[in-house]
This record gives sequence, C-alpha cells and structure tokens, in this order.
Amino acid sequence: MAAGVPDELDGAQVGRGTKAQRLRDDLLVVNMGPQHPSTHGVLRLLLTLDGETIVDLKPIVGYLHTGIEKNTEYRTWQQGVTFVTRADYLSPFFNELAYCLSVERLLGIEAPPRAQAIRVLVCELNRIASHLVWLATTGLELGAISMMLYGFRERERILDIFELISGLRMNHAYIRIGGLRMDLPDDTDERIRGYLKELPRRFDEYESLLTGNPIWLERNRGIGILDAGAAERLGVTGPMLRAAGVPRDVRKDEPYSGYERYQFEVPTRTEADCFARYEIRVSEMRESVGICEQVLDSLPAGPVMIEDPKLRWPAQLAVGPDGIGNDEGYVRHIMEDSMEALINHFKMVTQGIRVPAGEVYMPVESPRGELGYYVVSDGGIRPYRVRVRDPSFCNLPALPEMTRGGLVADVVACTASVDPVMGGVDR
Amino acid sequence: MTPEELADGLRRRFDDVLLARGEVTVTVGRDEVLDALRALRDDADLRFTFLADVSCTDWPGRDPRIWMAYHLRSPERNLRGRLKVGLPEDDLRVASAVEVFPAADWQEREIYDFFGVTFDGHPDLRRILMPEDWVGHPLRKDHPLGGVPTQYKGAFVPPPDERGL
Repeated sequence: MAAGVPDELDGAQVGRGTKAQRLRDDLLVVNMGPQHPSTHGVLRLLLTLDGETIVDLKPIVGYLHTGIEKNTEYRTWQQGVTFVTRADYLSPFFNELAYCLSVERLLGIEAPPRAQAIRVLVCELNRIASHLVWLATTGLELGAISMMLYGFRERERILDIFELISGLRMNHAYIRIGGLRMDLPDDTDERIRGYLKELPRRFDEYESLLTGNPIWLERNRGIGILDAGAAERLGVTGPMLRAAGVPRDVRKDEPYSGYERYQFEVPTRTEADCFARYEIRVSEMRESVGICEQVLDSLPAGPVMIEDPKLRWPAQLAVGPDGIGNDEGYVRHIMEDSMEALINHFKMVTQGIRVPAGEVYMPVESPRGELGYYVVSDGGIRPYRVRVRDPSFCNLPALPEMTRGGLVADVVACTASVDPVMGGVDR
Repeated sequence: MTPEELADGLRRRFDDVLLARGEVTVTVGRDEVLDALRALRDDADLRFTFLADVSCTDWPGRDPRIWMAYHLRSPERNLRGRLKVGLPEDDLRVASAVEVFPAADWQEREIYDFFGVTFDGHPDLRRILMPEDWVGHPLRKDHPLGGVPTQYKGAFVPPPDERGL
C-alpha cells in the first residue's frame, strides 16, 4: 500500500536521470529508537522518508531479548511460571495462565472451580490495567498528558489489588500448575467491588476527554488503516483485528478456564484505524469490569489447588511476621509429624513434578491478542521446550503496512495503536 | 467439527495423523510442506486460513534432529491443527511458508536465528532477536550456556546443565 506516495516515487518505476531519480536521492533514512520516548520500550524503527512522507519502515527488535524460552528448559516445571510471567510484563497473569493451562493439559488435570474463577478475575483486572497503560502512554505520545496521569493513577489501584492478592505488583507467579499459589485474602471481594464500581465513571471521564477531542480525532481517525484481509494475512490478532471488524476472541471461540460461564460482548469496529482501536480497548475495559463482577457474584467455594500430593506444590502459604511464607502449622507438620510429608516436600521442591511426554498448544486472549504456549515435554522434570507465541511479536510486522505513505507524526500514533510490549516481543 | 472428526477427515488425505489430548497433528515429508499448508488453507471443509505460530524443537542425537511445528487455526470452522515436519541434522532447510502465509515472516526469522534452520524462498532471512554478529544458534540444546567465574577461591560456577541437578 503506498497511498499518498506519488507514482513516480514508487521504486519499480524510477528511471535513470529522471526527475523522480533526483527525488529519490533526497530520501532520508532516519533511525527512530531504540531509545525514543514514543517507541514503547526499546523498539527501533528504521524510517525511509521522502520529506514528511514514509516511503518505508522497518521495525528492528531484539534489544530486550532475555532468553526466557531457553531459561525454562533448565528449571523445573513449577519454576517455569516465574520466568514466563516476566515475558510480557504488562500482562503477567496471561503468561502464567497460558503456561499453566498448557502444562495442565499435558498432565491431564484441571484446576478446581474456585481457582479457575479467580484466574479469570485476575486476568480481567490485568486486562484493564494493561489497557490503562496503553491509554496512558498513547495519550502521552499524542499530547494528552492528563490522560497519562489518569491512566497510571487508575492502574496503580489495580496493582494495589494485585499486591493484596499475590504479594506483588508485577511478575506475580500467582497462577501455578494445578491452581493458585494461595486463596484470596478476606477483604478482597470488598476491595475489588469498591474499585469496580468506580471504574465505569472513570472510563466516561476518559471518553469525554478524548472521544470528541478535535486533536485526538485528528491524530487518530483515518490513521494507520489495516483492513481485515491484511490483518489476517499478517497474523494480527486482538484489538487490532477486532478494529477491522473481525469478532475474533479466544475467550469466546475456544473458552478456557470457564469463560463460557460469563456474559460479555466482543466489541468490534469496522473503521480499522487508530481511533477504532482506541474505541475497542475502552469498550473491552468496560466488558472486563462486567466479567469481574460476574466472577465475584458467582465465586465458588472450595480449594484453589488440586489435591494430588504428587502434583500440587507442597506449601501452604500464609502471611507471617516477615511476609509471605510457609504456614507455621504446615512447617510443624513436615518437621515433626510426618516423615513422608517431609520427603514429599523435599522431592517436590528440589525436583518438582514429572510431566508425561507430549506436546500441546494452548492459546489465551491476552490484552494484545492470541497468546499461545507451545509446550513440549520429554517426560522429564523440566520442560523440553516452551515456545511463546506472543501477540506483540506477531502484530508488529503489520506496522510497515499501516504507516507506509503516511506522515512521520503518524508513526507515533500507529506504533502506539499496535500496543507492542517489548518484553513480550523479544522474550 | 470435533477433533475426532477432524482427524478422521485428515486421515483420508494424509498418512500420518495423530490425535492426542484433543489436538490434531499431521506429519508430512519435508518436500510436501507447502502443498500441505496450501491444502489445509484452501480446503472448503477445513479453511485453516490463519497461521498462528511457527516453532520448532531440537532433538540432538536423533533423526530427524529438528521438528518444525506449524500451528494453524480455522476461524470459520473453529478448529486448530498442527503440521509437523522433521529436518535432518546435515541439511537443516525447508521451504519458507511466507508465500502461503505472510504471517510466517518474522517467525521463520526467529527460528533461523535460534535454531539455524534455513528457509528457502524467505524474502529477508536475517537474525531477528540476537545481535547480527552472534555466533551459533542459542536455542539449540547443544549451545553452550556459559557459567560464572567467581572471586571466592577462584571457583567457577558451572552452567545449569552441568551442575548435576
């Protein structure tokens, strides 16, 4: 697509010594990033410019490669959670969930109903938090500084809830193989409900600030168009695909963790531009609030970890005087009462579980699209291969298609609308 | 369509179809990859029009050494399937899927980078995540992991695969 580029500038048609050739010589190659405030982390864009017009754009990635996939191959199955949660750092729960669901499918087990419901709850809160960061940073980049402050303010409240639930604001390692690390604290329900009640009003505020704002419209409407055909061809998923009118959502199409129990819409738009992506993400936050409320209304009682002592993590965590640690009663049990329990604890902590040989691919719907885990086991105590199909990595190649023929300033809006998280792209 | 029905349907066309844990895997020869991908994409009953993921697994000491895995999705029929191809150690190359699924572009670059598989016909086969001058392919099982020299009595902490854990 080269809309906006005069025909004579098209590479194939440039003849020697023509006026077009002389214009060609004026092309400017500019590096944007990897250290640039508007490239969402260490993303480098190699721009070929004709004046203000983008002739070509090449995303260059890899600056944040941390070897997460490789690392998991040298740890136990349970330790894998603590690695994958660091991949896409804005949606840690989704990484944990997809990894655990994969391993659970290999083991042929399912988490207890209460654990499944809480997984949905934390994931949807995480979706809101992730979209809020997207809205905040996009606002910052397009000149809506107050949006940045509001977005991070609200997200901080969600991180407080995560800290309440898991002890950590990010990289929680809360979802574990077979269930959850620990149950919700007593006052969580109240805290989350109080916050959920407040959120729709906040979303109204953002929309009254942005949706009709002439500058916001000017910067977003009709910019970075990626139609459904191109999006599918390039492997794009998530809000970007839904903004092109394709109502695809793993939660609806292939429900996991009990998503079929909750009522929610999959918002779509047909404009396929940056503005449509903004509308989609705001609508998704509203849907997520609804899902969280439904989870809280129907939260089943019961354990949050499977019972099988050969598979469950052998700890009972509690908050003690020095933070989260093993429950005193449990420590007494393994140290004084039962030799077998001590042996089991020791074996589980040092070796962990064995997972039958095989391979699975498990997709979940992360805030950025289809997050898939391809996990291969050779029957041992460590994963043989953990492949992360990260939606940021798969959506980013669409950026040249979106920006070509547009203006330099629009690159910022387009990159923002992809919502790439480099931790996920580079892993 | 259930995974069982999908597997039965695929058995009529492919010799090696496996159904395990509700996931259907088709294994084809190296020269048949593109034909198989095209067939799965264009078949009116299957319509695997979306390439979700391309990845591979390294099995040193076995033949084939590298197993490619293409994860396909059929949004129309709500199906998922996996296509697998084995590559022998002395000739790690396979036809690029980019002409059938442009979505394979970066994913094949990543496999080239991490495993050293060459994709014939790929438009831009360069390293993507590792630095350009990196030597070796880090996600291969035999890539050295390093280790850490320490100051304490000159001890050297061996890499995790040599610690005997």
